[in-house]
Amino acid sequence: MSTTCCERDTVIDDQPEARQTLDTYLDSLPLTDDSTRNRGFLIQSLHKAQDLFGYLPESVQLLVANKLGIHLSQVYGVISFYSFFSDTPSGEFRINVCTGTACFVKGAGKIVEEFTRLLGIDEGETTGDMRFSLGGLRCVGACSLAPVVMVNERVYGNVTPEMVPEILNDCE
Amino acid sequence: MTMSTITPLKDRDALSTWAADLKTERASGAPVVIRVSMGTCGIAAKTTPVLEALQSEIRSQQKESQIEIVQTGCMGLCHSEPTIEVYDRQTQQSIFYGNVKPEQAPTLIREESSQAFGVDVLTQNWYRPEETDADVETAQARIVLRNTGRIDPESIADYVGTQGYAALANVVTTMQPDEVTQTMIDAGLRGRGGGGFPTGVKWQFAAKQPAGEKYVICNADEGDPGAFMDRAVLEGDPHAVLEAMAISGFAIGAAQGVVYIRAEYPLAIERLELAIQQARDCGLLGTNILGSGFDFDIELKYGAGAFVCGEETALIHSIEGLRGEPIFKPPFPAVEGLWEKPTIVNNVETLANICAIMRRGAKWFRQIGTEKCPGTKVFALAGKVKRVGLVEVPMGTTLRDIIFGVGQGIANDRAFKAVQTGGPSGGCLKTEDLDTPIDYESLRALGSMMGSGGMIVMDEDDCMVNIAKYFLEFTLDESCGRCTPCRIGNKRLHEMLVKVCSGRADMRTLEKLRQLSDTIKDTSLCGLGQTSPNPVLSTLRQFRREYLDHVMNHKCTAGVCSALVRYDINERCVGCTLCARNCPVSCITGAPKEHHEIDQERCIKCGVCQQACKFHAVDKH
Repeated sequence: MSTTCCERDTVIDDQPEARQTLDTYLDSLPLTDDSTRNRGFLIQSLHKAQDLFGYLPESVQLLVANKLGIHLSQVYGVISFYSFFSDTPSGEFRINVCTGTACFVKGAGKIVEEFTRLLGIDEGETTGDMRFSLGGLRCVGACSLAPVVMVNERVYGNVTPEMVPEILNDCE
Repeated sequence: MTMSTITPLKDRDALSTWAADLKTERASGAPVVIRVSMGTCGIAAKTTPVLEALQSEIRSQQKESQIEIVQTGCMGLCHSEPTIEVYDRQTQQSIFYGNVKPEQAPTLIREESSQAFGVDVLTQNWYRPEETDADVETAQARIVLRNTGRIDPESIADYVGTQGYAALANVVTTMQPDEVTQTMIDAGLRGRGGGGFPTGVKWQFAAKQPAGEKYVICNADEGDPGAFMDRAVLEGDPHAVLEAMAISGFAIGAAQGVVYIRAEYPLAIERLELAIQQARDCGLLGTNILGSGFDFDIELKYGAGAFVCGEETALIHSIEGLRGEPIFKPPFPAVEGLWEKPTIVNNVETLANICAIMRRGAKWFRQIGTEKCPGTKVFALAGKVKRVGLVEVPMGTTLRDIIFGVGQGIANDRAFKAVQTGGPSGGCLKTEDLDTPIDYESLRALGSMMGSGGMIVMDEDDCMVNIAKYFLEFTLDESCGRCTPCRIGNKRLHEMLVKVCSGRADMRTLEKLRQLSDTIKDTSLCGLGQTSPNPVLSTLRQFRREYLDHVMNHKCTAGVCSALVRYDINERCVGCTLCARNCPVSCITGAPKEHHEIDQERCIKCGVCQQACKFHAVDKH
């Protein structure tokens, strides 16, 4: 983790509105005294938190842990297991190239290479200006459009290396 | 009650009255219906502008009472998205159009149910609805996808109008739980998630447990890369899944259902949430369903990107808010599952069969498919085939019928090389296997498996060693790390494949590959690890020549493994300098109008020179 317990990040205090929404959400959960059962709400709470803050810094993890009455280590264990969750901030535009089989046989590798070349970053990295993150994506089930690229919520189908500059232009 | 109003239904008669009213209302509605395929892939293929153009054209041609537009889920015709179906209620005839563009809307609206000139018409032999008894000339038969692409998934009225919730009504008001389970056992439906375990038997295990807290889980964590049938069902016919879950809840004595759905499917989540709310509002979920005294409700739980959560014990851990790691079975979830209570986990496609079985009986279901595997299977046909899409065929259909019949063969005039079934747990089949009637056993005998139904077609440009390496990369990424054979064994397998692909392997490597694969299969904890070497073993057996080519001749016939590829400039070179100017590492030299040379030491084998050359002067060996 990026911060120790003595110098915790201040993300949660810097964004009072997001914090308020998360608090309201966590308070609306039908929690009981049974902390084992309360854990059943953990993954959905983390989804909500990541929607609000963009990622899951330690301060946010701690808030969720306290509300559900479980240890911070248990929350972190879940975050590090699931690929959807991240404890580092991502760029404004999250570019994900589908790594499913249909996309693979139709040349997704060449698309990744082209993004890497144009952005100067590797898979899993973010550009210095925090504008673009490049990553892989599990099959989105749009195999007929392979290869597929997703930029935030937007889906591009039948992508060719020549289309990569256009996709980046769309992000302006 | 009409289509627009929703009130709680107090008993079975209220449901049938509503269904009858809807039928009358529909008969007096617009004579022409245009169905627009609005699944995730349809939307990504830009169907929304087409929909908007059609809507605005209806207004400007003042045909609101003539034409009704229905937004449906995926029609399965992914090869020609955006697709629409124009259906004439009087003649009951349909025309399917593909690759529709917004500027074609005026013609389409003007022609109504007559054929519009200049728009691609698709042959419709792909579709035979469940209720059609007449033998239509088609390889397909739709039970699971009966409503997908036919009804508006966001309207419970549309579902009720096509016999929706009739099976649940019949079950809860006239049957005993053990009768329901017996019907499922008689029907012989087997789990469509890949395992092929008889669904009725699974239900019976859970039903036999003492009464009390029990759970029904719908496994909608469709993780196999290249399989998207569950997404199509959830997006196109969500109520069918909810109805089936309620029926299974009644059979085993559970009052709570959970749909565990992957977060990568936002549209499916949205439609499921809406469907659950509608069903509650109609009294089809909740307490005292249709006055029968049976209580059942459903909640959604989201995955967070972990393939292993498709395994049932891992999935249950994930719902409990834990890391999605599998545990040793027994005890099976039917005995000790969610919160240590009896739980059945059924896959989406399995559930989508249940309402039809309950409506039409076990005997009807057994007439379809093979003796050991009754029913149909949905395949997601993708890769290098002409007609990519969702295909539902009776069990026992041959691969040839699917790939060369429904799929119409290989795209771009290339030759068929292999078909991969079963995703990362499956294997590759070659030309000789195309005529095998497929079911769970026959695919396993060929060293592959049914899996969830992904079917990726490959042509001569695909390197099979590289494909095996791809699947291992997937496994490495997704292994949860709990057991050693899977965590470390697969890593070692991958290293050996990298060696093969880069020409650094010898014959001993191939033998080691096989030995280690067998060890991983025998000793891994869960299904993920036990099946992870399958892609390696099946390609080693079926495409041994290709492995030998890599090892002995340092050659990749498909030209994929870059370390084994060499580019050379032939005598056709006119010295135009285009290749030299495009080369990213400047390793091509030569004066203008003279023959150019590639410095093999510095060449990175990117192939840019070959693409740039206008004189076919760059050869790839």
